Amino acid sequence: MKTETTLTGITLKEKLIRAFEEEFLPGLADEKPFMKEIRQQSIETFQSLGFPHQKMEDWRSTSLQKTLSRQYIQEFTSPSPKEDVSKIFKCDIHHLDTHLLTLLNGWHVDTGIELTVLPDGMIFGSFNAARKQYPELFEKYYAKQAPYLSNGLIALNTAFAHDGIFIYVPDGVVATRTIQIVNIINQAENLFIQPRNLVILGKNASLQLVHCDHSVQHKASFVNSVTEIFLGENSFVDHYKLQNKDNDATVITNSFFHQSANSRLISNVITFNGGLIRNNLSTTLAGQGADAQLFGLYLADKDQHVDNNIMVDHQSADCTSNQLYKGILDDQAMAVFNGHIKVRRDSQRTVASQNNKNILLSDKATIHTQPHLEIFADDVKCSHGATVGQLDPEAMFYMRSRGIREDTSRMLMMYAFAADVINHIQIPPVRHQIDEMVYRRLKGELSNCDQCIIDCNATRPQIFEIDMSKI
Amino acid sequence: MLKISNLHVSINNKEIIKGLNLEVKAGEVHAIMGPNGTGKSTLASVIAGREIYEITSGTIFYKGKDIQTMSIEERASEGIFLGFQYPVEIPGVSMTNFMKTAVNEQRKYRGQDPLNSTDFLALMEEKKKLVEIQSNLTNRSVNEGFSGGEKKKNEIFQMAMLDPALAILDETDSGLDIDALRVVANGVVKLRRPDNAFIIITHYQRLLDYIVPDFVHVLFEGRIVKSGRKELAMELEERGYEWLKNGNF
Repeated sequence: MKTETTLTGITLKEKLIRAFEEEFLPGLADEKPFMKEIRQQSIETFQSLGFPHQKMEDWRSTSLQKTLSRQYIQEFTSPSPKEDVSKIFKCDIHHLDTHLLTLLNGWHVDTGIELTVLPDGMIFGSFNAARKQYPELFEKYYAKQAPYLSNGLIALNTAFAHDGIFIYVPDGVVATRTIQIVNIINQAENLFIQPRNLVILGKNASLQLVHCDHSVQHKASFVNSVTEIFLGENSFVDHYKLQNKDNDATVITNSFFHQSANSRLISNVITFNGGLIRNNLSTTLAGQGADAQLFGLYLADKDQHVDNNIMVDHQSADCTSNQLYKGILDDQAMAVFNGHIKVRRDSQRTVASQNNKNILLSDKATIHTQPHLEIFADDVKCSHGATVGQLDPEAMFYMRSRGIREDTSRMLMMYAFAADVINHIQIPPVRHQIDEMVYRRLKGELSNCDQCIIDCNATRPQIFEIDMSKI
Repeated sequence: MLKISNLHVSINNKEIIKGLNLEVKAGEVHAIMGPNGTGKSTLASVIAGREIYEITSGTIFYKGKDIQTMSIEERASEGIFLGFQYPVEIPGVSMTNFMKTAVNEQRKYRGQDPLNSTDFLALMEEKKKLVEIQSNLTNRSVNEGFSGGEKKKNEIFQMAMLDPALAILDETDSGLDIDALRVVANGVVKLRRPDNAFIIITHYQRLLDYIVPDFVHVLFEGRIVKSGRKELAMELEERGYEWLKNGNF
C-alpha cells in the first residue's frame, strides 16, 4: 500500500501538520510510548517554530522561500514492490569493498534482509526495523543529540522519522569494511523526504562511513535529513559525505556527533553539485581528550547555493578541533560558511582552529563567511581565518614559464586548492575517486548524471562549466 | 640566439630599463652584474614574457624571431628558461606532476608525443643524478617547505629536465651556502653545450669561480654600462659598485 499526501493549496507547514495527525500517526499504532512522546513533542515544536527564515542569524544568507513554495508529495510507507536499485543506479568506487546500504526516496532498500548482524555483534541496516527490534538502544541514544525541542527542522524530521540507516558497532569492534550509504531520489513527482540515521559506536570501536547523496529523476526534491552519531570512549569515526545533486534539489542535512573521551572524528563533506544545499554539522566534544577534524569542499556554479553551518562545542578539557572548508565558485553561485566554536568555562587547554578559503571565478559569485567564537575558558588556543581570492598570479607566471599553458596552469592551481581537502581523505579508493570527480568537475566533464544508468533523454546533463577566460 | 636592441621597459609608468643592448650567441655564458634595483631581474622577467612589464620601445629577437607577441608558455616551449630568484611555492601540486605537465606540454608544442610514465620517471632519475638533487624533493609539492638552498637546486633540476636553449638564472646563487652553490654551479657546467647559452645574473663574483663566463656585463640604472671578459667580474669584486656610481664607466 502506498499512502501519499499531496501538499497543495495551503502552506507546506500546515499541510505537514495535518498529514502528521491524519495520515502518518495512524500507521504507527504499535510504536513504543517513548518514541510517540518524542514525536508528539516534535510536532508541537515544529508547529511553534516552523521552518527557518532569514531573520534568524544562522539563516540570514540562505532562503528556503523557493523550496517551500513548491508542492511535494511524501511517502509514508516503503515503496512497494521493492525496486531493484541496481537498475537505476550504480555507485562504482573502484577497489573498495563496502557494505552497501541504499535508501530510495528515504526508505531502506533491502534484498530480503532488513538488518544485518555480524558475528562480532555489529548491526547495520534499516532504521525502521531497528527501532522495533532494538528499543533499548533507541531509548538510550535516539534523539539525545539532535535538538528537536529547539530547532524547527530537526523537530519536523523527528516527528516524521520513519526510515533511514541504523548502525551499531559494539565495544572494541573495528569495522573492517567501510559502510557506504547511498541516498537516491527517483520520483516522477516532486518529493519531500526526511531520512533519519542513527549510528552508535561503543568504546574502542571504529567505523568508516561513506554517505552519498544523488538524485536520479530531474524533478524538484526537498530532503531534510537528520543523522546522529555517537562516539564512545576512544572510538574513531571517519565520515565522508558526497553530494552530487541536480540543480532543482534542496538538501538540508543535519549531522550531530557526540564525542566521548579520547574519541576521534574525521569528517569530510564534499559538495559537487546541487541547487540549494545546507549542511548543518555539529559536534559535541563531551569527554576529555576528544578530537574533531572537519573538512569540506564545495564546487558551485550557475545559481547554486551551498551553505555549511558548523558548530564545535568544546564541553570538556583537553579537546582539539580543526575546521578546514574550501570552495570554488563560478557564475552567480553563492556559498555560506558559518563556523562556530564554543569553548565552555571548564574546557581548559582547548586547541581549536578554523579556516575557510574561497576562490571566486566570477564577479557575480558570492561568499558569506563568518567565524563565531564564544570562549569562556582562559587557557585556550583558538585561531580562525577566512580568505577570498583569485589564483595567485606569481604561481601562474611560474607555471607558465615552464611551458604549461595558461588554462592548464589554472586547472592545476584549482585542483591543488581542492587537494588540500582531498588529501585528508583516509580511504585510498575514496580519495582516488573523489580526486577524479573533482578533476572532472573542474574540467566541466562531471555531470549530475554520472554513475546513473537510467536512460532519461528528456533532460540534458547539467555540467559545471568554468569559463577560463573570465578569471 | 638572443639579440636585444635599444630596449626600454616600464612598470606603472616608471622606466626601469632605459635603452639596453645585449647579444648572446650559442655556446656562450654571459654574466650580468650590478647593484640592486638596476633592472637585472626586470630584464630576466621581460625575456620570459612577464605581462606586468611594458616594453615601450626596442626589440627582443630570439632565434631570429621577435618574441614580443609570444606568450610566456610559448617562449618556454621555444627553449627559454627562467631560473627564479624567488621560486614560488605551489601547495598541492606535486613536483612530479608539475614537471610531467611541463615536459609534455612543451613536447606537444613541438609536435612530439608525450612521454609515458616510465620514460618520464627514467628521465627524472637521470636528471636528479646529474644535478645531485635528493630524491625526496620530487615527491613533495612544488617548493613547498623547501629551504632556500633546496629551492635553488630545484630550479637547476627543472632546467635540466626542460633542457632549454637559453637559460636565464636570476640570482640563483644568492643566499646559498658553499655546498649548494657548488651544486648549482656544477649543474650549469654539466648542462653547458655548444648549442645552448646561459645568462647568469649575480651580485657576486664567487659563482663565477665555478662557472667561467665568456662575457661579463655591468647593468647600472637600466643600461649596460660596461662589458668585458671574466676579469671585469674580479675588478668589480675588488672595487665594489661604488666605483661605478662615481661615473667610472
